[in-house]
Amino acid sequence: MSNDNKIIDQSKTGSVVDWIEYRLPVFSFIKHLCDYRTPINLSFMWNFGILAGIALVVQIVTGLFLAMHYTPHVAHAFDSVEHIMRDVQYGWLLRYTHAVGASFFFIVIFAHIARGLYYGSYKSPREIVWICGVILYVLMMATAFMGYVLPWGQMSFWGATVITNLFSAIPLIGDSIVSLLWGGFSVDNPTLNRFFVLHYLIPFIIAAFAVIHVIALHQFGSTNPTGVEVKNVKKETVPFHPYYTYKDLVYVVIFFLVLFMMIAFLPDYLGHPDNYIEANPMITPSHIVPEWYFLPFYAILRAIPDKLMGVLGMFGAIAVLFVVPWLDRHPTKSGKYRKYFKIAYWIFIFNFLCLMWLGGQEAAEPYLTLSRISLCIYFSYFLVALPLLSKYEPISPDIPESIESSLKSKG
Amino acid sequence: MTDNINEIGRRKFLKLSAGVFAGACALTTLKPLISSMNPSKDVLASSTKKIDVSGMKNDDVRVEKWLGKPIFIMKRSVESLKIVDEVSMDALKDQQSDEQRFYDRNWLVVIGVCTHLGCIPIAKQGDYNGWYCPCHGSHYDLSGRVRKGPAPSNLVVPLYDIIYNDPEKKNASHIIIGVEKGTANV
Repeated sequence: MSNDNKIIDQSKTGSVVDWIEYRLPVFSFIKHLCDYRTPINLSFMWNFGILAGIALVVQIVTGLFLAMHYTPHVAHAFDSVEHIMRDVQYGWLLRYTHAVGASFFFIVIFAHIARGLYYGSYKSPREIVWICGVILYVLMMATAFMGYVLPWGQMSFWGATVITNLFSAIPLIGDSIVSLLWGGFSVDNPTLNRFFVLHYLIPFIIAAFAVIHVIALHQFGSTNPTGVEVKNVKKETVPFHPYYTYKDLVYVVIFFLVLFMMIAFLPDYLGHPDNYIEANPMITPSHIVPEWYFLPFYAILRAIPDKLMGVLGMFGAIAVLFVVPWLDRHPTKSGKYRKYFKIAYWIFIFNFLCLMWLGGQEAAEPYLTLSRISLCIYFSYFLVALPLLSKYEPISPDIPESIESSLKSKG
Repeated sequence: MTDNINEIGRRKFLKLSAGVFAGACALTTLKPLISSMNPSKDVLASSTKKIDVSGMKNDDVRVEKWLGKPIFIMKRSVESLKIVDEVSMDALKDQQSDEQRFYDRNWLVVIGVCTHLGCIPIAKQGDYNGWYCPCHGSHYDLSGRVRKGPAPSNLVVPLYDIIYNDPEKKNASHIIIGVEKGTANV
């Protein structure tokens, strides 16, 4: 009884902030975000998480306004996109920001993943942070693919046809799955309609997973370039605000500068001119390519001369990311202190860029052979190099004792 | 010590100016977003409409669609104008003379949307033989002025111009909705 009275008293006293805080602890949540302890030695490579968040917001906001003018119907989709470009006030700006923004989202995510791979961000106890991240990446690819279908150009249509046909490689039930995806017997109006709905929905699921990603991250805090965990919170960390909010802002400004430079001067550079031709189910363009961020996986698909194996290879190239924390079991987190890992890592990165280039070439020699070599290197990094290195790579004597000592030794 | 104070002052200034600048940038992003929701160019381009009225007889009423709304056009006879002129200003809720409403009184041009809650009145009905709104019972006269019922004001006269066949301006050939008077004849 007295306890009840106390609660009522508490709720009556204090400011509006206290009143709200008592009922909904939103202010202590903001305080947690501000006070969140962050290692003092983070380099610019730790900025891409924030940038990915910003890119997601840009996509959702521009997409929301584009959806007000877009018509998901095969007879009107292409025209409604042209209507956005020509008639809607600032429609060109919204659409180019959305299209270029998608590419920038992937640039940011590639850098973010590459950072994670190099500094061993996936290692214990941050496996779930990593897995959430890979789920986010897969969801992003699904969203980007379906978004590219919406303008209903030639590349949209044939991209949709090829990608959905990937599922026909599944034995026995493949064809029924494809028919289910299409809502018919070819990519048509029902397909466009559901792609629009999903393209609108998934970004919100991405936002939810991003929250989970951050919650999991805050459990143990960010990694840092040394890979050594924080030992002295007072000396080796600073509160996120104002230190990292301001540092992040610098890169947010640079991000927007480059983004709007692309939008203003090279808006169609990363797109394909054939997508300005309305979809025609009777004619396939002579050279079809997916968006640049799918090219490495597209190269893997084409390199394998068997339908099912090609599809498995392509999906496997993404799926392998899920198990990276268990493939690389070397006790040293940061690649900075792993001489041999470093070599493998940079070969992997270079090879990934090669795959991307090969994905954009014709499906002919010498590109096919090169793609096959490249795809072997891709998988050997994960399945051979990482497990072997974890077993045989010696632990470097250069690993600092703590973040603090690593900074002292630098002078 | 003074250096320290200067330092704090400078910091405050930097923070404030950076904050204001960032805030201004954030606000400018609203401009394209909000503008995109306003009528697009194709909608704006459809905001004028040319209507052929050469075939209309006395006391004919025509309904034309303009910007998604009906436009009432009536070629009024001398008798109709007489009825309109007999009305005293005191009898009107929204006091407007017929001359104030129409520059060529032979032609009535109004937006056919009841000023009460947006229904469409029916022609040649109601107590004043003008328009009658079936939704909530507003009566309009032959000048489109509200005479009875809940409507607060007269039927709205849109921007319009009349094109004539003859220099005496007796025979109208077209009425253009959505342009200022005198601009269509140029």
